[in-house]
Order: sequence, then structure tokens, then C-alpha cells
Amino acid sequence: MKIAIVKYNAGNNFSVLCALHRLGVEAHLTDSPEALRAADKVIFPGVGEAASAMAYLRERKLDQVIKSLTAPVLGICIGQQLLCRHSDEGDTDCIGIFDVDVRGFDAAGTGLRIPHMGWNTLTDIKDGFIPHEVENSHVYYVHSYYTPVCQWTAAETDYIVPFSAALHRDNFYATQFHPEKSAGTGHLILKSFLEL
Amino acid sequence: MLAKRIIPCLDVKDGMTVKGTNFVNLRQVGDPVELGRKYSLEGADELVYLDITASHEGRKTFSDMVRRVASEIDIPFTVGGGINEVADVERLLAAGADKISINSSALRNPSLINGIASRFGRQVCVVAIDAHCGNDGVWTCYVNGGRVPTERGLFEWAHEAEQRGAGEILFTSMDHDGVRQGFACEALRKLHDSLSIPVIASGGAGAFSHFAEVFTEGYADAALAAGIFHSGEMNILSLKNYLTQHHIPVRV
Repeated sequence: MKIAIVKYNAGNNFSVLCALHRLGVEAHLTDSPEALRAADKVIFPGVGEAASAMAYLRERKLDQVIKSLTAPVLGICIGQQLLCRHSDEGDTDCIGIFDVDVRGFDAAGTGLRIPHMGWNTLTDIKDGFIPHEVENSHVYYVHSYYTPVCQWTAAETDYIVPFSAALHRDNFYATQFHPEKSAGTGHLILKSFLEL
Repeated sequence: MLAKRIIPCLDVKDGMTVKGTNFVNLRQVGDPVELGRKYSLEGADELVYLDITASHEGRKTFSDMVRRVASEIDIPFTVGGGINEVADVERLLAAGADKISINSSALRNPSLINGIASRFGRQVCVVAIDAHCGNDGVWTCYVNGGRVPTERGLFEWAHEAEQRGAGEILFTSMDHDGVRQGFACEALRKLHDSLSIPVIASGGAGAFSHFAEVFTEGYADAALAAGIFHSGEMNILSLKNYLTQHHIPVRV
């Protein structure tokens, strides 16, 4: 199985490579359109800021390449947000697989902290991508922007508001949390994606 | 619900953990990666590795260790010690660290916080503060591992760090550290009230009840400890079971 990780300016690539290695899978990092199209699975990771990440992808036409992929694609964290239509972060137009807009958390009056940082629970898991056995398990989050619950929501987490912990549409999958940093639960979720 | 985090802290010198440990079931007692793995299996939510090596050669050893931690352990970890410029951060993040912690270097050069946050995002930047409370009740920040006092007060410096782009504050009360009589809950509560970023409490852990107090009375988002875990006196899973029984949300 050929696993490609999208190489761009907002990747936490090494952590994702390590997590896949722990699953017994070797992935390669690439920004070549041919290599991405030839892969059996594509992972679109991310830690960073939406506007600069989208600018980088557009400059290299990687946004169009990602949109055209037919193999299963997994966006992680900012990767999930960039697969949506638009992000409040830097007022950024994104790739638009999921027709939903990414919002900034508003903690006013709640006493809650931003960024949403740490381990929170997965709930309302839909069939197909996130294994049901991890319902109510904790996964690791670090983010200040979120995808509202929508028709593509595959699982939810509640922080200030219920939001999309994961999304799924056709061959596109995404998690707001970091499965590569989410211990045994993350391992099960990555394994589930690799088995799609 | 967002869980309160339990974070063991490991001091590393020349690639080995420094504080004595009583664990006999590790393949290599002093190996920081083995110890980190043990804690992650016990239920630690994150790990902090502090490089207390002085030599250049030791720094290289530390980067190699960071790479091994990232390869072998599947929970987030923060590294600190000897970070003086953005290039140091870049090297440690490339080796697989999730966050970096700066202390003295941030007090000497506060714009380092801006530099790290703008380059890598604020979630990467933990600002650690060592402070001591004087007889007048005023908390003063110290540098060089708590040896040298500064002119800065705890609360105003924490606020400035947040403004400059810190993603979290790791506050160690020098008065509580090592005494094992509980955390500095009053100061922690005040930090919580004056900041909008998460606060990690450090210094004073000696009993399960101290952790319950730091979350309910100190409003801490996470609690860090070293000696009580390294000595084997406290097991993280038992601690989390205790916190669950006391209705404090933790990941078990």
C-alpha cells in the first residue's frame, strides 16, 4: 500500500510518519502531483495557520490536486479546516470539499480557555470511519478554530459548542483532533482509515 | 468534557534522566524514553523533558532523544532547556517535539515569544515561570533555575507573555516545589482569573488530594510533578482513579 503525506508549510509530518511506522506502515512525504495521485491513501496533516497554508498550496496548485484525488484522503487538524469552504482564520477561502465554514471559538463569558488544548471526548460517532468502540474515548486537541456540526459530521466533541470532531464525504475524511498523538484511541482511528 | 491533564516532568542530562528512580521493571532505569513510555502507559496526558545539559555535545544528545521520544511515544510532549532563539525551536520541532518551553531566555528577551508564536503558532510556545512569594506577599520571577531574582512580578509577566503569544503558562512556585505540601492554589487561581490561556501548575505535589485541590481551588488546567512520580510513591493511574472518584474530569 502506497501512503503519501502531503508535504507543505504547515505539516507536523514527522509525528504522522512515526504514528504510521508504529502501525507497521511506511509513508512518504511528497508535494508531487503525480505521486499524490498514484497513492492508495493520502494524509493531509497540519499544524499552523490557515491563510499562509492555503497561499502555499495555491502557489503550487496543490489545492487543485487534493480536490481531484479519488483515493481516500485524511485531513488532520488544520488539514480538516483547509478541506472546508472558508475559514475565519485570516478570512481564508479553502479547498471546499466540505461545504461548511470554519469559525473561531468565542469563549466570552464561559471562563474556558483558548486554544482548546488537551484531551476531550468523542461522541455521536456515525457509521463508517471512526470505530464505534472509541465512543466517549479521549483524543488530543490543539486548536482555536472549529468546524460547526453539519451534514458531513462523522463524530462530535463539545467545547464551548458541539463541533465536528471528524468529517466524512465520499473519499474525503478528516479529524480536528490529532490521532497521531492520541495514544491507543488514535491508533485505532488511523488503523481504521488505513483499512478503508 | 475537556480533561484535566497530569504531566510528569523529566530532567535530562547527557541523555539520561537525572532524578533517582526506584523502578526496577524498566530495561534501562535512566533512559528518558523508557521512563516516558512507562508514564504514558500509566495514563500520563503529556510529558515534559527538560534538558539540563550545559555542553554543546549534550545538546546534540538531547535532540537525538527528542527524535526517539517522537518515534516511540504516542502522546504529546514538550521540551525545554537551552532554547535561546527561534532556530533552537525549529530544530526541536523538526525532531518531533509538539511544544517547547522557555523560561529565563523569555525573561531576558521577551520578543523571543513573539518570534516563536508568529513562526510556529502560539500553541507551540509554553512560557515557564519560576516565582517566589516574598514576605510582603509579592510574587517575583526568577531566572537561571530559580537562582537569580528579576525585577518582574509573576502576574504582570504572565500577562505580558500571553499578550506576546504564549500558548500556555507553566507556573512553578519555588516556595512549594519539593516540599510536597500542596500547590500554590491562591496564586494559581489569580493567574487563571487574569489570563485566557491554559495554566499548568507545578511545585508541591505530595498527595492525591493536592491534585484535586489544584484543579478545584487553583483552577489549573494541568498539573505537573516530578519527584513524587519518579520515586514510585505515586502511580498516575491510581491518581486518576482518585480524581475520577472526586468528580474531576480526567482521561482514564
